[in-house]
Amino acid sequence: MITKTHIVSWLRAVAGVLAENKEYLTELDAAIGDADHGINMDRGFQKVMTQLPGVEDKDIGSILKTTGMALLGSVGGAGGPLYGTFFMRAGSAVEGKHELSDADLIAMLEAGLAGVLQRGKANLGDKTMVDALTPAVEALKKGLADGLNTVQALEQAVLAAEKGMHDTIPMLARKGRASYLFERSIGHQDPGATSSYLILKALYEAVK
Amino acid sequence: MKKLINRVENFVNESLLGMEAAYPDLIKINLEPRFVYRADAPVAGKVAVISGGGSGHEPMHGGFVGIGMLDAACPGEVFTSPTPDQMLEAARKVNSGAGVLYIVKNYTGDVMNFEMAAELAFAEGIPVANILIDDDVAVKDSLYTAGRRGVGTTVLAEKIVGAAAERKYDLKRLADLCRQVNINGRSMGMALTSCTVPAKGSPTFELGEDEMEIGIGIHGEPGRERMKLKPADEITEMMALSIIEDGAYTRKVREWDAEKAEWVEVELVDPPFQAGDRVIAFVNSMGGTPIAELFVIYRKLAEICQKKGLTIVRNLVGPYITSLEMQGFSITLLKVDDAMLELWDAPVKTPGLRWGM
Repeated sequence: MITKTHIVSWLRAVAGVLAENKEYLTELDAAIGDADHGINMDRGFQKVMTQLPGVEDKDIGSILKTTGMALLGSVGGAGGPLYGTFFMRAGSAVEGKHELSDADLIAMLEAGLAGVLQRGKANLGDKTMVDALTPAVEALKKGLADGLNTVQALEQAVLAAEKGMHDTIPMLARKGRASYLFERSIGHQDPGATSSYLILKALYEAVK
Repeated sequence: MKKLINRVENFVNESLLGMEAAYPDLIKINLEPRFVYRADAPVAGKVAVISGGGSGHEPMHGGFVGIGMLDAACPGEVFTSPTPDQMLEAARKVNSGAGVLYIVKNYTGDVMNFEMAAELAFAEGIPVANILIDDDVAVKDSLYTAGRRGVGTTVLAEKIVGAAAERKYDLKRLADLCRQVNINGRSMGMALTSCTVPAKGSPTFELGEDEMEIGIGIHGEPGRERMKLKPADEITEMMALSIIEDGAYTRKVREWDAEKAEWVEVELVDPPFQAGDRVIAFVNSMGGTPIAELFVIYRKLAEICQKKGLTIVRNLVGPYITSLEMQGFSITLLKVDDAMLELWDAPVKTPGLRWGM
């Protein structure tokens, strides 16, 4: 069972891990984008940190929706609407809940991913965050269906996200600014897939 | 890289406050959330024209707020799209009741943020239209990319559409005009150097002393092809021909359908240039290229247009859509009809563009 405390520590951990990886993500973005992903995500989660104390007592849905709104209003770029939508939709899927069953966890992440797909219109293999999120959600569902416990299934999800992130390296970008590089986008890891992996890894570590 | 800044995080706001101090009769700045707006907004009976995008392209967009051009502009962080709350708040501030036209450059981030803003404005009862500018011929197709980027034509569209709004075109007619300007404009850019985003502190990419990057965007993103530096005339010819000889460009864009209250896909086709066309020729500095070099370019461009049977009826030469301190330039050619030309000539008074008043 995932509690509200887990969710709050997850968000705090994400803020920490994105601050630590601010330069790394920005370097990845400089290679195929416009060199701001780490800076933007760090600014966004710093904003989340200022709003978190006001909603910590509320349900998980409210906490995640507040997170999404904070990101939407502070990240900018493509990351703002995409991660903003991810957290807002994830929050709507677990509205009113103070703890999450395995089914709730799946519903939360699936709703977040569906929001990203709808807003960004990316397909698997386009070299985007979808390439980390989709296999992660699938691995989580498969793990739980195969009888793993929550933590074990989340670990499988993180491994799948990590593989998905690495799999973006040889891909030709078809969405976002990297798509303008054509074959020159090949050989670089997608920054959005990388931040998605870091966020999922933080969830696993907060819950384990 | 040395820069004239105080604290990196205050750079955009301090620059905007300085512009407000310099042009108090024309513009005002709202900082939370951040937008520039016309000092006399809202103007009764007039559709409000709003644009926005990352900072670092000055004078676009904030410097084009004023009489006869934009009613508001939403500056993001440097090279980062602004956010929907800025766009919504700007719309609330400048909407006279006649509605809001968002002019959006085709970049993934800008498009998504403006789409969310349009949904929010619509939900509040503000009549809204979103028109994309996607004019960069360096991007060949839209099938495997996010489509052509919005570059130089944006400046020309903001001027022409702003003049039409001043004449009280209604929202639909204004959106149609903006779409017409977009499909008739084509651009291409190049860089001699990269540029340095203040928050990052080092150049976005490295270019050798004897190299140039062709097909560059306006965000320090690498272009399509890197090659050995050539004389200005050869570079101008290569870029001008890419624009003039570009074939019909077909793509689908998403526009807001107010009646259905949903996004609809609209197929647009840019007609190729033909001998006999009249054009506005726009030679733009990326920020670090001096005016004298721009005129070297313009001289050759005028010669090529003449050879190709294109009549340059107006021109604009200078830094209007920049990429911080990048050395380089872009060329934009916009085919105009009498109506567009008349709107181009109409009076404009903004910090970045002024004539006729």
